[in-house]
Amino acid sequence: MESSHDIQAESIVVRFAGDSGDGVQLMGTQFVAATALTGRDFGTFPDYPAEIRAPHGTTYGVSAYQINLGAGPITTAGDAPKVLVAFNPAALKVNLPLLDDGALVVVNSESFTARGLTKAGYTEDPRKSGELDSFQLVEVDITGLTLEAVKPYGLSKSDAGRSKNFWALGLVQWMFGRDVGIIEDWVVKKFAKNAVVRDANLAALRAGHAYGETAELAAALPHLGTGKASFEPGEYRGVRGGEALALGLAAAGELADRPVIFCSYPITPASPILHQLARMGSLGVGVFQAEDEIAAACAAIGAAYGGAIGVTSSSGPGIALKTEAIGLAINAELPLVVVDSQRGGPSTGLPTKTEQSDLYQAVYGRNADAPLPVIAARSPSDCFAMAIEAVRIALRHMTPVFLLTDGYLANAAEPWLLPDMRDFAPIKSNAAKGPAGKAAIFDRDPKSLGRPWIAPGTPGFMHRIGGLEKDIRTGNISYDAENHQAMTHLRANKVAAVADFIPDQTVELGPQQGAVAVVGWGSTYGALYQAVRRILRTHKSVSHIHLRYLNPFPKNLGALLSGFDRLIVPEMNMGQLATLLRDKLGVEVIQYNKVTGQPFQIRELVRFIEAQLSASVHVGSLPRVMHGDRA
Amino acid sequence: MSAELSAKDFASEQEVRWCPGCGDYAILKAVTRVLADVGAQPENTVFVSGIGCAARFPYYIESYGFHTIHGRAPAIATGLRLANPELDIWVVTGDGDALSIGGNHLLHALRRNVGLKILLFNNEVYGLTKGQFSPTSRPGTRTPSSPAGSFDSPVSPGLFALGAGASFIARAIDVDKQGLGGVLEAVHAHEGAAFVEIYQNCIVYNDDVFSTFTAKENAADGQLHVKHGEPLVFGVDRGKGLRFDVATMKLEIIDAKARPAEVLRHDETNSTLAQLLLAMQPPEFPVALGVVHRNPRTSFEAAFYKHHPTGLKRTASVADAMRQTSTWWVK
Repeated sequence: MESSHDIQAESIVVRFAGDSGDGVQLMGTQFVAATALTGRDFGTFPDYPAEIRAPHGTTYGVSAYQINLGAGPITTAGDAPKVLVAFNPAALKVNLPLLDDGALVVVNSESFTARGLTKAGYTEDPRKSGELDSFQLVEVDITGLTLEAVKPYGLSKSDAGRSKNFWALGLVQWMFGRDVGIIEDWVVKKFAKNAVVRDANLAALRAGHAYGETAELAAALPHLGTGKASFEPGEYRGVRGGEALALGLAAAGELADRPVIFCSYPITPASPILHQLARMGSLGVGVFQAEDEIAAACAAIGAAYGGAIGVTSSSGPGIALKTEAIGLAINAELPLVVVDSQRGGPSTGLPTKTEQSDLYQAVYGRNADAPLPVIAARSPSDCFAMAIEAVRIALRHMTPVFLLTDGYLANAAEPWLLPDMRDFAPIKSNAAKGPAGKAAIFDRDPKSLGRPWIAPGTPGFMHRIGGLEKDIRTGNISYDAENHQAMTHLRANKVAAVADFIPDQTVELGPQQGAVAVVGWGSTYGALYQAVRRILRTHKSVSHIHLRYLNPFPKNLGALLSGFDRLIVPEMNMGQLATLLRDKLGVEVIQYNKVTGQPFQIRELVRFIEAQLSASVHVGSLPRVMHGDRA
Repeated sequence: MSAELSAKDFASEQEVRWCPGCGDYAILKAVTRVLADVGAQPENTVFVSGIGCAARFPYYIESYGFHTIHGRAPAIATGLRLANPELDIWVVTGDGDALSIGGNHLLHALRRNVGLKILLFNNEVYGLTKGQFSPTSRPGTRTPSSPAGSFDSPVSPGLFALGAGASFIARAIDVDKQGLGGVLEAVHAHEGAAFVEIYQNCIVYNDDVFSTFTAKENAADGQLHVKHGEPLVFGVDRGKGLRFDVATMKLEIIDAKARPAEVLRHDETNSTLAQLLLAMQPPEFPVALGVVHRNPRTSFEAAFYKHHPTGLKRTASVADAMRQTSTWWVK
């Protein structure tokens, strides 16, 4: 039976929200797994608090999981949710401002007690205050119905209530016209060792689904449906950025035929990479959880000195601590990959929220003239390719390399067309060219300027390296004035030489030259792509250029950008790429900056870009800096 | 393999640049001699250091060497150890490098029992920065940064190492050829972290700071050379001995000839005894020298490679690993 309030669209944004202990993240990932199998494209984003278990029912303890699903290409988790499932009043309160007009709001009625409302900061019940009038409100006693469903398993009330995420998931699956088979399979596997929990979760899941069937008679619940995506043929899986990055590092080890030693200290949001790699021993990956960030960087340098692929990983504050060690790797000319999962700052900042504000730190953030290559992944699956690229550059040029990702990429998921490993060229490292002896040790490759990688244990090549300035030929300590000038040039030229090996910059969408190019980097790729795509449908001239190589830039970038009248640079920082473009290419740009800890919304970008397109005035008279929506 | 190497073969071509009369010369000589004596291979020997006078050490040895950054040598050496557990890795550090800026890394290298041979040159002063007090300086030490005398409580390197769970703690005096040589040989043989505090005289900024027990006339009463299983005796004619007083739970000095049965015997595996010996300070007590504590346990790298039984060799492919989750096909 069709209901008048059914939602059918090309794509639908769904958001689950509850207390941080309500299991909404699990619910989200299972919903995504089920979505993938229906041939829909998807993008997801978990939005969770910094507190592990914040006080029950409070607004700051709300955890959410957002999924954008439907016909592709889907490149973000979506702007405004069309469906919200809120487990308590606090979850409703926090998420209501995000919703699309007329969104379906499913609330757990059991939680709307006087106490629950007060905790959430409501003075009046929003269900009665008129606040929800422009939405489709569906009240379901999710807790009560869950308790009833799991009654046979004799669980305590609090344990029984924990299955309510599965109950709600069953209901949402029904609304999308799906069965729960795939989720049942997962529950059976996941809770194999705990039969009671397994059976309770299965019962709740089935009861939620059955509730849809029954309630349908009263046409109380809408059906939800989306278009199907047209995927390129091939084998797919869902992947989060952290997983893809870990696999990429392991793949780099495979391509270089060297072990990978990953040294890290736990920090949000970088830890998923550590957790993933800790399970990859069979791929030749060793993991060292160091005593601090400095030790993690140093151990990775020690591992690289010993001939392994040394990798360290952190987020902004931790990277700051590693800075001196990174300088050592530059001076000693050792390969090192530094992964920076950026988060809101400065200082501790917003640990669980995303930001792109470590670009300055990566490019400029060391004492003295200490250049190094910087690259950035642009989507969860792109983390795989860029991890390989980071290792390739590090080994070729014998230098530390920064790989930038962020809290959004670390946790966001998307479908990933699994690559064929045979499509990746092996990663070569520099071997000593001459016969054993001191002369060969700093005999650099003339193109990459990388020196040979000679690990202790190699007979005949004994030598000393360190943080002191060294003679450009012998590597011995040198305080000579001219030599220091020459070494400083060498270090700069080495990083510049990276540009000789990387691909030319291409235009993602839109014409190769024209009125406006939107230039971005990193995780804003999806939002910028969609915004430009939307505007292109209106036949306006706009292009999307997205940078993966930030230092050095691709050689053709200056020429490419000069083909556009105006350059708009949207960033989740106060204009760091904008600075870099001005600094390195001398181009003028229009900034669009937002630092709310939340990813860009497509609609805010569309609005800003369109305003720039319709402005007939010359670029010189436009405001240089605009600030984003405060979501 | 190649012909036997001599101490000279381990001396690098680089000109040694310590101050004339520095205790480091004697240590360098002892180390090169022991390397030759134990048949070390230069290509499999690595010296890693941090910053400070002692940290110049790697330049002077004909082996692999890495002069790193202040305090971080144990961390860098740990990464190297994991990459290649076959190497002989020596960490050369000073009291400021190891116990001030690098205290954290030393703590963790020792508790993890990483197979590193850690030589701490203790001269109770910052040398390379021109003579400020260090974390081992005694209260009242007058330096450019403490003109009225320092007022920090010093840390005891040996007790620090014991507290960190070190499996090997030894002490030696820079110019004591025999004592230092013996300790270094024991260090070389130890699996896991071997920690040595070497009393090193800084002739420029802290000359004779250890003379209360290193000076010839003070040596007999000021030094107790411990040996596993043997009585803890010292003094002229080894006439004094250590006795444990049960009532006070303290050590006392007794006439070893008169009451030989009451003299403690050294047990290097006993950490309680190690604690008592390491805490002894002149002039009340002699300074305990030699291998004070040795209690071998699994090294960090052995545990690491137990988790990586294939030695970081691949036994699976990334192509398979990326499919270790549900996948779907689009035709």
